[in-house]
Amino acid sequence: MNHKTDKFKNHNPNVATILSIIFAGLGQLYNRRFLKGTIFIILEVAFLITLLDSINFGLWGLRTLGTIPGTDHSIRLLVFGVLSLIATIILLALYVWNVIDARNQAKKIKDGWMPKGFKDTIIHFYDTAFPYLMTVPGLLLMIFVVIFPLIFSVLLAFTNYNLYNSPPRNLVEWIGFDNFKELVTVPIWQETFISVLAWTIVWTVVATTLQIAIGLFLALIVNDPRIRFKKLIRTILILPWAVPAFVTILIFSAMFNDDFGTINRDIIIPLIGGEGIPWLSEPIYARTAIIMIQTWLGFPFIFALFTGVLQSISKDWYEAADVDGGSRFQKFRYITFPHVLFATAPLLIMQYAQNFNNFNIIYLFNEGGPPVRNSNAGGTDILISWVYKLTFETNNYAMAAVISLIMGLIISGFAFYQFRQTKSFKEEGEL
Amino acid sequence: MNQKQKSKIEVTLMYLVIVITSIIIFYPLVWTVGMSLNQGTSLYSSSIIPENFSLEHYKWLFSEESDYLLWYKNSLIVSISVAAGSVIITSLVAYAFSRYQFVGKKNALYVFLLLQMFPVMMAMVALYIFLNMIGMLDTLTGLILVYLGGQIPFNAWLVKGYFDTIPRELDEAAKIDGAGHLRVFWSIMLPLAKPILAVVALFNFMMPLFDFLLPSIVLSSQDNYTLAVGLFNFINDRFANNFTRFAAGSILIAVPVATVYLFLQRYLISGLTAGGTKG
Repeated sequence: MNHKTDKFKNHNPNVATILSIIFAGLGQLYNRRFLKGTIFIILEVAFLITLLDSINFGLWGLRTLGTIPGTDHSIRLLVFGVLSLIATIILLALYVWNVIDARNQAKKIKDGWMPKGFKDTIIHFYDTAFPYLMTVPGLLLMIFVVIFPLIFSVLLAFTNYNLYNSPPRNLVEWIGFDNFKELVTVPIWQETFISVLAWTIVWTVVATTLQIAIGLFLALIVNDPRIRFKKLIRTILILPWAVPAFVTILIFSAMFNDDFGTINRDIIIPLIGGEGIPWLSEPIYARTAIIMIQTWLGFPFIFALFTGVLQSISKDWYEAADVDGGSRFQKFRYITFPHVLFATAPLLIMQYAQNFNNFNIIYLFNEGGPPVRNSNAGGTDILISWVYKLTFETNNYAMAAVISLIMGLIISGFAFYQFRQTKSFKEEGEL
Repeated sequence: MNQKQKSKIEVTLMYLVIVITSIIIFYPLVWTVGMSLNQGTSLYSSSIIPENFSLEHYKWLFSEESDYLLWYKNSLIVSISVAAGSVIITSLVAYAFSRYQFVGKKNALYVFLLLQMFPVMMAMVALYIFLNMIGMLDTLTGLILVYLGGQIPFNAWLVKGYFDTIPRELDEAAKIDGAGHLRVFWSIMLPLAKPILAVVALFNFMMPLFDFLLPSIVLSSQDNYTLAVGLFNFINDRFANNFTRFAAGSILIAVPVATVYLFLQRYLISGLTAGGTKG
């Protein structure tokens, strides 16, 4: 046993490291891991023969976005480019891993560790590779439909891609921060952006807070011990959540119609008189209507959520408060409210984030309208529906990407808060 | 006595609030049912209580003229594939994240948390161009793949959170008895995680069914429409003529969905809170 260990005393980790940097797999061969080394070498050769050219082409495309108008399709080049970039990162990670693997193994051999037999190696390989094998299908899918599109959109913000400058006729170019400058300096963009952003914030805060407040209020009422038929009442109150939202929004849109909607025809005109309220054609009324509809759609979920939490608050707390002579308001303020908020905070934050991105209600209600003068967004357009219009109606892709990017930054704020809130993540941090 | 009276007034007020809320909830729903039973296709001449009761719109939906059944079928294909696919993919990912230590695990979790915040909208242009390049634009397969990939970040967290609550001793014991990785996953984790997997399946069944944005961008031919896009196009020319048909079509989708929801709402809530506070 002893002389075997001696044999490898001169085994040098640095040699293994350098060899595997020169060509993947050589370090493994030096470590006498012949199968592993061969696989690595075959992989690298295969890569050099097949992929290197296309990755090179992709990165070239990403850098230049094409050089010959009419022949080079800038946007296709951009797609290839982003995909090549992702591939490059993955390959680099593999290469680094190969080097680290060779080095660690060389160290172990130097310290007297003996490579196991072929079968054991396979089993060991399966054990370490298992979590990767499990995640690969999902990860690949995610790369293509989530990560790649996001990177692509971010890059688009720095180009001049729009209806008038689009391939194959023209070449798209990198223009740096010009789009951002245009957004804040050109009056029509600047005004539209500020008004849309302001409305988005008002919309998010008012609509979400309203639906949370009403949900909480109703949950408290229905949870009162003196109220009977609780089960029936709960079922009724949850109904709006159960009906598909796109259906209800379209129905509301018809109900609020200026001319023949039932709200004007059957409620406003008989009760108040006059010509009815221009729900769809005046921005201020359209906004009010949209907030009311969202409240109708959104409170049941909050209601159901809070009902569950309220039932879990221990009765001892309230009894203790009774002993101390606490008023009902004090009980709500110091026991119920903190308890409910603490248990549901991350979900409530999610509600705000969801309304911030609530494309469905804005678009389906009135397609973001009514139109506003001196603005290229409608009266109820929030950022996301404006992006949709810029993309699919006026084909101003670059500007749409700029606004998406700004939205992304705002969303990251929500995400950051969520990071700190999530309990299991804190636990994960200790691992 | 005074105390009793006060309590009575309070209870009455509370019932009043509940009654008013119920009226607000039922009004649009009843109105839609009424519309769908009206004769003729115009909103102008329709009223909540139809003068001439008729089932003509329901009959029309099932007739040769309309694509309604086709859209229904498309929606079901998409929803069932996404529900089944997401359960498989997410549970595999969540298993790896819950039970194994591997390089990049923590960063991946960060990325997942960040990604679930971003709206699909931001990726729309890229998805459109990409699907076009690989020839999957205007196909249900393309739509399904986008849904499958997009749901991973959120649901992986949800399922991971649940897996974390299953005692590790169980799978360690099974491993000592000689069970392999997949065997532990299949015979221990999956059966124990049934409740959360049911929630994932349900979410991912409902989400494509209700979604309007993505199918309206990906699908362009009438034959491939899902229900949301199809119904929207019924009334796209601004309620001019087809609203009563739309109402009938909506009811035929809303009734089964609402029934399922009301039966399962308790599980939905518990699933969400599990994801929100634990995961």
